[in-house]
Amino acid sequence: MKRSFRILMGLGVIAALIGGLSYCSQQQQVTKSSSDVASRVYVPPGQYDEFYAFMSGGFSGQVTVHGLPSGRLFKIIPVFSQYPENGYGYSEETKPMLMTSHGFVPWDDSHHPELSQTDGVPDGRWLFINANNTPRVARIDLSTFETVEIIELPNSAGNHASPFVTQNTEYVVASTRFAVPIPQRDVPISEYKKHFGATISFISVDPETGDMDLAFQIRVPGYDYDLAHAGKGPSHGWVFFTSYNTEQAHSLLEINASRKDKDFIAAVNWKKAEEYIKQGKYVEEEVVYYNNEYDDKTHTAVAHKRTKVKVLYPKDCPGLIYYLPTPKSPHGVDVDPSGEYIVAGGKLATVIPVHSFSKMLKAIENKEFEGEIDGIPVLKYEAVIAGEVENPGLGPLHTEFDGKGYAYTTAFISSEIVKWKLGTWEVVDRIPVYYSVGHLCIPGGDSRKPWGKYVIALNKITKDRYLPTGPELCHAAQLIDISGDKMKLLLDFPTLGEPHYAQAIPAEILMKRSVKIFKLEENQHPYATKSEKEARVERKGNEVHIYMTAIRSHFTPDNIEGVKVGDKVYFHVTNLEQDWDIPHGFAIIGANNAEILVMPGQTKTLVWEPKKPGVYPFYCTDFCSALHQEMQGYIRVSPRNANVKISYGTYKEGESGQ
Amino acid sequence: MAGQQKMGIVSRILVAVGALLYLGVFIFPIWKISLDAPQYPEGLGMYIWINHITGERPNDLENINTLNHYIGMDEIDPHAIPEFDIMPWIVVALVVLGLIAAIIGNRKLVVTWIGLTLVAAILGIYDFWKWEYDYGHNLNPNAPIKIPGMSYQPPLLGTKQLLNITATSLPYWGTYLIVAGILLGVLALLIDRKRAVATAGVPRNFQTQRSAATAKVA
Repeated sequence: MKRSFRILMGLGVIAALIGGLSYCSQQQQVTKSSSDVASRVYVPPGQYDEFYAFMSGGFSGQVTVHGLPSGRLFKIIPVFSQYPENGYGYSEETKPMLMTSHGFVPWDDSHHPELSQTDGVPDGRWLFINANNTPRVARIDLSTFETVEIIELPNSAGNHASPFVTQNTEYVVASTRFAVPIPQRDVPISEYKKHFGATISFISVDPETGDMDLAFQIRVPGYDYDLAHAGKGPSHGWVFFTSYNTEQAHSLLEINASRKDKDFIAAVNWKKAEEYIKQGKYVEEEVVYYNNEYDDKTHTAVAHKRTKVKVLYPKDCPGLIYYLPTPKSPHGVDVDPSGEYIVAGGKLATVIPVHSFSKMLKAIENKEFEGEIDGIPVLKYEAVIAGEVENPGLGPLHTEFDGKGYAYTTAFISSEIVKWKLGTWEVVDRIPVYYSVGHLCIPGGDSRKPWGKYVIALNKITKDRYLPTGPELCHAAQLIDISGDKMKLLLDFPTLGEPHYAQAIPAEILMKRSVKIFKLEENQHPYATKSEKEARVERKGNEVHIYMTAIRSHFTPDNIEGVKVGDKVYFHVTNLEQDWDIPHGFAIIGANNAEILVMPGQTKTLVWEPKKPGVYPFYCTDFCSALHQEMQGYIRVSPRNANVKISYGTYKEGESGQ
Repeated sequence: MAGQQKMGIVSRILVAVGALLYLGVFIFPIWKISLDAPQYPEGLGMYIWINHITGERPNDLENINTLNHYIGMDEIDPHAIPEFDIMPWIVVALVVLGLIAAIIGNRKLVVTWIGLTLVAAILGIYDFWKWEYDYGHNLNPNAPIKIPGMSYQPPLLGTKQLLNITATSLPYWGTYLIVAGILLGVLALLIDRKRAVATAGVPRNFQTQRSAATAKVA
């Protein structure tokens, strides 16, 4: 007994030693690779990142702007949600941006940022993003990094397969994730198959101004349309949409919509659609939707109500749309840089199916159909498939390309990114991600010319990756180097909301065009005050309009009297500065909305409704100058029936308003 | 006397070109003041023209004025400087005088032309210094930033630290073209003297020659 105990003890010591040694060498390895990796993502103070990355803000409804490779956050661009930090959706000028057919909607769920393209390459002019909840598409101007247009989509619910662009941004597409009765009406949910339908929308984009218009819709069977991508090169003129729930379940979809072996990719020939529109083969339907446009010169948004849409029905339009059978509830549908391969992410499939565009055209020509649904021919799987990637990880979702012949696919369930070769379909590398990756992003990775240096994993689960912050954790992005044969994890960085998808573009394309100030002489805001001499206060019934200027370090006027309880006070603040990075903020005690942040040369309006007599301060909220703390003023509020005349000024010592 | 002999064609062309170079002040600024401050990595500066003041970049002048109000400096307003209405005409007059000198080919007139240019330049620079002095010393007593004994006169030539701003003042292309015009005039006189010596074998009026040389030094 004793001897064996000693032997055991001896073995234990040896094991501990070996363990310790290997632990040490592991530690050394980690340290070594860490310092090597650190230099890859380190951007020294004062230097710039190589790429801009635009990330969806998910359930924040916004877009965030990060730098790559540092992961640093530069800006939150408010899009679909009110943003008290700068007054977006609170100021009188920006409230119309959030108008919809359901009234004012202050929140949404933003999913997929998409850069405008010219000749299939991101051109840095605009960024589009979809609102999933109340179906809309927004356009952000990348010279000002501001949302300049939002268009609502009628006959839609859950705008998920959106806003992907065609090769020259001729169109931005949208569709319905949730089939609904079209037009909306009171029907039993159980009569889904009878009443529920779906739509695919094509929004035209003016090549000069970017102005969006709902060009036409296509009425399609009531499935869930999930994601999309436009063809490019040879497949230019087509857009591909994934669909699931072709079972048409309306309850417990996780079971009921996962029964079939195959769902569909819908291939839409939009050039054909244009011909049908020209021939008048559409039905003009009565709908209500809003198109809200913001003007950089008036600094004001206008909400336009629209009431008509042109709808194409596939059964009246042969050749408009085909279904490609695709395994197991596909999510991503991604077209490779050559435009030939259409990669589907069948999220419950064991392979990644890759369709061939040229085979698809041949199959259409030879009428290799296995059936037809509501006038849409269903092509034979064998006739369109180019290959299947075996062993691609569990739960493949989304694929992008590096432009060197490789594709990178996320696998949600096995929590990894899988690199495979186009044409041979063999997996060549895989890297674990932390945890449960949804989309990924390679700069230009969905275009004809990817800048294939990095891939960003956009993860759905964070758990232990950062210091804990209670039950609600940040979401996580991970930067992975793909410049070599083996993928290499470089950096974790947190993101705002849920980063569904991101797009990145070389910084040099955007930074030159970034606007520094708005020109005061071009300010066409109806309540602009272009000099202190023009500053004034005007009463119109119970409305008081204050034409106010802000310049370092005072407001004019900064003493205002004659306002009464029951008045609606409009502070129209014009920032007279024409200097870079000198915004002024404006806030007043008890305001029931937010502050406004006014950029140089801009005018913004905050409404304030005083409830009690008194003298109330207002002040500049953005630390503008050495005497920012002095940038303040008072407004006197008299009782409803008081006889105090309007008076105002910015007074030097010894002067007064009386 | 040699002075009465017409100047050679080469010298006369040089004088004409020199006079025309003065017109450069209508194309280029004559002076530049650059302001470096920690908060202005992109730079800040202004150009002084023969008849105007402009910012180095759009809005620089109003931004300089915005900053200057903290120390109580008067707003730099080109319209408030009457010299800007006179100086272009002086330049035009000098150009005309130079051209007349070139056409007539009179050495004395060329010397007068150079001399008058120098007088005008010295007066102009003195005037510039005086405006700088006024702006730098004539400060509003109610300015937010008051530092006892501190004035904010920018340098005439060179670099000076004014609180957080490093001001650098240097001539600009317009001035360099005037200098080039003067040098061409002097060169014309020298060439002409050599030619006269070679053809007549008689030394020219020494006084004239020396005044030109003095002008060059000045």
